[in-house]
Amino acid sequence: MMLAYIFAALLALLALGWAFRAAGRAVTGGAPYFRDMPLSIGFGYALGAALLLWVGYAYVLARTAPPEVANKLFFLRVAVEGLVLFSVAGWLFRLAGRHIGTAASRKLFRAMPVTAAFGILTILVYAFVAIFAGWLAPFGQAEILPQANVIPGGNPALGGDPAFPLGTDQIGRDILSRLIYGAQNTVGIAFITTCIAFLLGGSLGFLAAVLGGWLDQLLSRMVDVLMAIPSLIFALLLMTIASAWAGSERWLLTVYMILIIAVIDSTRVYRLARAVGQNIVVMDYIEAAKLRGERLPYLIFREILPNATAPLLAEFGLRFCFVFLTIAALSFLGVGIQPPLADWGTMVRDLAAFINYAAFAPLAASTPLLAAGAIALLTVAVNFVVDWMLYASSGLKE
Amino acid sequence: MNSVVTIIAQRLALGLLTLLIVSIVIFAAVNMLPGDFAELILGQGATPEAVTAIRSDLGLDQPPVARYFTWLGGVMQGDLGNSFAQANFANFAGADVNSGLTSVADQIRPRFANTMFLALVTAAIAVPLSLTLGVLAALFRNSLFDRIANVGTLTSISSPEFFLAYVLILFLAVLNPWLPSLSNIYDGMGFGERLQRTLLPALTLTLVVTAHMMRMTRAAIINLLASPYIEMARLKGLSPMRVILRHALPNALAPIINVVALNLAYLITGVVVVEVVFVYPGIGQLFVDSVKIRDIPVVQACCLIFAAAYILLNLTADILSILSNPRLRHPK
Repeated sequence: MMLAYIFAALLALLALGWAFRAAGRAVTGGAPYFRDMPLSIGFGYALGAALLLWVGYAYVLARTAPPEVANKLFFLRVAVEGLVLFSVAGWLFRLAGRHIGTAASRKLFRAMPVTAAFGILTILVYAFVAIFAGWLAPFGQAEILPQANVIPGGNPALGGDPAFPLGTDQIGRDILSRLIYGAQNTVGIAFITTCIAFLLGGSLGFLAAVLGGWLDQLLSRMVDVLMAIPSLIFALLLMTIASAWAGSERWLLTVYMILIIAVIDSTRVYRLARAVGQNIVVMDYIEAAKLRGERLPYLIFREILPNATAPLLAEFGLRFCFVFLTIAALSFLGVGIQPPLADWGTMVRDLAAFINYAAFAPLAASTPLLAAGAIALLTVAVNFVVDWMLYASSGLKE
Repeated sequence: MNSVVTIIAQRLALGLLTLLIVSIVIFAAVNMLPGDFAELILGQGATPEAVTAIRSDLGLDQPPVARYFTWLGGVMQGDLGNSFAQANFANFAGADVNSGLTSVADQIRPRFANTMFLALVTAAIAVPLSLTLGVLAALFRNSLFDRIANVGTLTSISSPEFFLAYVLILFLAVLNPWLPSLSNIYDGMGFGERLQRTLLPALTLTLVVTAHMMRMTRAAIINLLASPYIEMARLKGLSPMRVILRHALPNALAPIINVVALNLAYLITGVVVVEVVFVYPGIGQLFVDSVKIRDIPVVQACCLIFAAAYILLNLTADILSILSNPRLRHPK
């Protein structure tokens, strides 16, 4: 029965696509675009238009229908509003960037797609929240308040409380404050870890590229072995051991986690730094510097590093995403950042059960998605920026 | 033909060597634990006699190198040792360690089958889907469809697995109760029911891996579009679809196969988080549980299995790309 409906709908769309093409030909008098259009493209237009219509219809329904229908469409409404809001924010930010700032930054913004502008804006907002978390958060990250299980939204009629715009969790911690502190803890720890990984992998990689010989062989084979074990699995194995070492000192476990992930991720940085370094080492100016009698630190920091900045910077963005996601996954599995520190992965795991109330209390169900969405938003933003940087630097056009 | 066999044999030998070294790394890592398993099992108030008894029971009084070879020999014969969580009480009762308790291999076997089933279902959905989408994106490159697909795939690559999992649970299990949100799988289930319960975790993993495969398919095809023989095919008046399917795709197959195998290897990591979200009784779930209770033999065995699968898939990618591209058979 269901299949018959789907089949009929596809046929109708196909007919619509055909009609669209025929109409286009008739109206434009056989313009080349419509004359050469395959039926599949007409079908694509019809499908797109149908989807757009359906989303519009569902959105109107979500705003006007009685709660039992609207509740089911609540998340669609939030998605549509969020998408529009984010696009407008990114567009406005780009517009502002085009008119404010130095000539160089204005030129940069002129050729930027909206996605990259949105990415930069998001990263700036996250950085601001992470740095000023102590001033922004209304409550402490581990502060347990008497009001537990307050529904987000701040509407007393629905079980909310204006003092807690995003509600409180099962034991009465303010979710907004925990989200804000989570920016500081999760993003901060991921940033530190990435920096350590770059320091370690980058310097060893350059060293291997410059010195070559047995040091290069030794380091490269060690990295090969470490890379043969899937990183999340290896991190989990090492965390088991670290948890035995740390004993009851919870904060020590977080420190061990930073070191473990930094070492595992530095192998990837090492590979890149060595490859980039090897390409630079054969250049004539390195030869000249060697003949001048320059020492190793000068060669690495003054000759190689400035020429390897662009690929390393893009790699830094991607590596940060990987580290951030690994830490979030470890915390989600319960072996990462330890309480009382607020962090997004742990919040998702703690609040996950609320998702089952989505059909009748959509606001309550949104709390675990808020934390998970905060993680996703940052990685998506970083990826947008890196994607644009890679595209701009590669000069690919086709 | 002979050279191909040699190359494959070389790669296989290299893979085995890697696996051996990885097993040493895992063993060494586990042996960095402070104290030893015996103290860990008995806790703080253990009498020295009890600790010694357990040590000799588990063979912990042997030197590390001897223990490594004992363990390795056992692994070769399919004996992965005994789970400590189960060994606990048997030891207190003074019984023999090997009497009436489940070995690690017995614990892992059914779960390994479940995980393989999940991976197969995912691959069966993800590979055709991503290839189709990739070809379409290459066909309609720089159109609106391509841009939306680009943003969509970038978003799903960079979202954490559990975010995608909960979004799918929200829409397909809670708001529209079509699929179960918990994958309760047991022995003797019918295939249809089993498939239905596996579908939601499989869809989550599909979202994770499809994006990457699709982008690589698109990139591999577009890379070829500038070559003269494609220009020729276009000038002959072939339709764009035919140019891509008959002329570009076969030559783009090598990188595509490579990326498919690598993504299946990536599934191994993704499977851990997804199995935990859906309480799927697979090997990833067992691994995380064992990590939490520090059941070392199980952690060790799971880690070895994951590493072996990872190495095997990478090896497959390597060999397939050599087979599909004759130029790689004659290294300079």
